[in-house]
Amino acid sequence: MIPAAFEYHRPGDLPSALALLQQHGDEARVIAGGHSLIPMMKLRMAEVPHLIDLQAIDALRGIRIDGTRITLGAMVTQHELIAHEGLARVAPILREAALQIADPQVRYMGTIGGNVANGDPGNDMPGLMQCLDATFHVTGPGGERAIPARSFYESAYMTAREEDEILTAVSFDAPTGGQAYEKQKRKIGDYATAAAAVILTRSGATCTHASIAMTNLSDVPVWSEAAGAALTGTPCDEAAMLNAIAAMLADIDPAGDNRGPVEFKRHTAGIILARAIARAWSRA
Amino acid sequence: MTQKMQITLTVNGTRHEILAEPRELLIHVLRERLNITGPHIGCETSHCGACTVTMGNRSVKSCTVFAAQADGAEITTIEGLGTPDALHPLQEAFREHHGLQCGFCTPGMITRAAQLLRENPNPTEEEVRFGMSGNLCRCTGYQNIVKAVLAAAATINSAKEAAQ
Ligand SMILES: Cc1cc2nc3c(=O)[nH]c(=O)nc-3n(C[C@H](O)[C@H](O)[C@H](O)COP(=O)(O)OP(=O)(O)OC[C@H]3O[C@@H](n4cnc5c(N)ncnc54)[C@H](O)[C@@H]3O)c2cc1C
Ligand code: FES
Ligand code: FES
Repeated sequence: MIPAAFEYHRPGDLPSALALLQQHGDEARVIAGGHSLIPMMKLRMAEVPHLIDLQAIDALRGIRIDGTRITLGAMVTQHELIAHEGLARVAPILREAALQIADPQVRYMGTIGGNVANGDPGNDMPGLMQCLDATFHVTGPGGERAIPARSFYESAYMTAREEDEILTAVSFDAPTGGQAYEKQKRKIGDYATAAAAVILTRSGATCTHASIAMTNLSDVPVWSEAAGAALTGTPCDEAAMLNAIAAMLADIDPAGDNRGPVEFKRHTAGIILARAIARAWSRA
Repeated sequence: MTQKMQITLTVNGTRHEILAEPRELLIHVLRERLNITGPHIGCETSHCGACTVTMGNRSVKSCTVFAAQADGAEITTIEGLGTPDALHPLQEAFREHHGLQCGFCTPGMITRAAQLLRENPNPTEEEVRFGMSGNLCRCTGYQNIVKAVLAAAATINSAKEAAQ
């Protein structure tokens, strides 16, 4: 499996990378870890005459925690996310989710920027970023823009990022309350049959705020506002949980494929969400 | 055909200057241009881990890295880990604990395990299983691979203690 020929570029800074993107237009594409793009190129489902490698751009690296605001450079790998002790303290859901992505070798290469920019509904970080209400930072010829994760995804592989823009970072407020990322997959290293990201805050016996997002159950990640609302103001008991699941099921739109028929995916989505809510509540 | 580019790779301590097309995969450059055939091609779709090598301090599937991306990198393959007369503790442990049958997955297994033990010199059984989950074996059922990695960890640790 050999991809079509291409020219390789390794710019040393962001302006050079943007200039290359401008120069080669839709013949060019950036490569981060390459663990979504290279398989597509080998299958010749993606043809990229000019491949622009982002690995030498230091400005895209690094994990920053400023007070309660967390910023992850686009080229931070899943392995680096998992290994970062500070991040595990302020936003443990990131490590919990990243550990459920692929396998160790893939996690050394796969980046947060590539995972969220890719637009594959199977990627785990987009749903998590919607749950966190994260912001995606992109830079293009017109300068910088900030795009909310919740309005970034248009359809499979189509996002609000323009083709001449590079995603430079994602940022979000450190979540408060109980957090859980729950994922059902056929085997280790597989994409989700269904996955749920849940963050709950609690005051006494009452849930005061809930954010719920689902992965691989539509052609985009699904942040279900109604599912969150169904838990808010409740003691997070069984009745409230069933309401939240019903609200979530009204928002997803899974397609049948080799992970199962639609009915199975909807059933799995309900179970995964119930587990994620229970675990997040126990940590709230 | 695009122009070939000059790529520098340091493999098992030896520096190589190679002229290759950017689209060539690291596994192909290692096996076909440098004759380093320890890393195997199993699936060629990033799933089996037979092609695992160490790039810098990361275990990578060399079927999913362009040689151009690896330009400038230090690569370690199974050939860099021991010699027939002086086996690496992992190689010794795989032999002792019957951690291989056909041997196809073994170079990838051992290369991955070496990096795992560098990062986590005292893994639990569960950590070994999770840390090796990117490598598939069709023969052994994994039990003896896990035993071998745990035994090698103990050997390496006691050698380190003895040296202190
Ligand atoms: C065996 C296997 C199993 C996997 N399992 C999972 C899984 O369970 N869950 C999961 O979420 N992922 C999974 N992945 C995908 C993996 O996490 C990818 O690495 C990740 O989705 C993409 O990150 P990357 O850095 O490799 O991006 P690349 O492959 O380099 O890029 C992906 C796309 O994003 C674009 N892009 C990358 N970076 C930027 C940027 N900074 N700005 C603009 N565009 C950019 C590229 O042009 C390309 O179109 C798996 C991959 C493999 C090979
Ligand atoms: S050959 Fe590279 S992962 Fe199977
Ligand atoms: S020993 Fe045969 S595949 Fe592992």
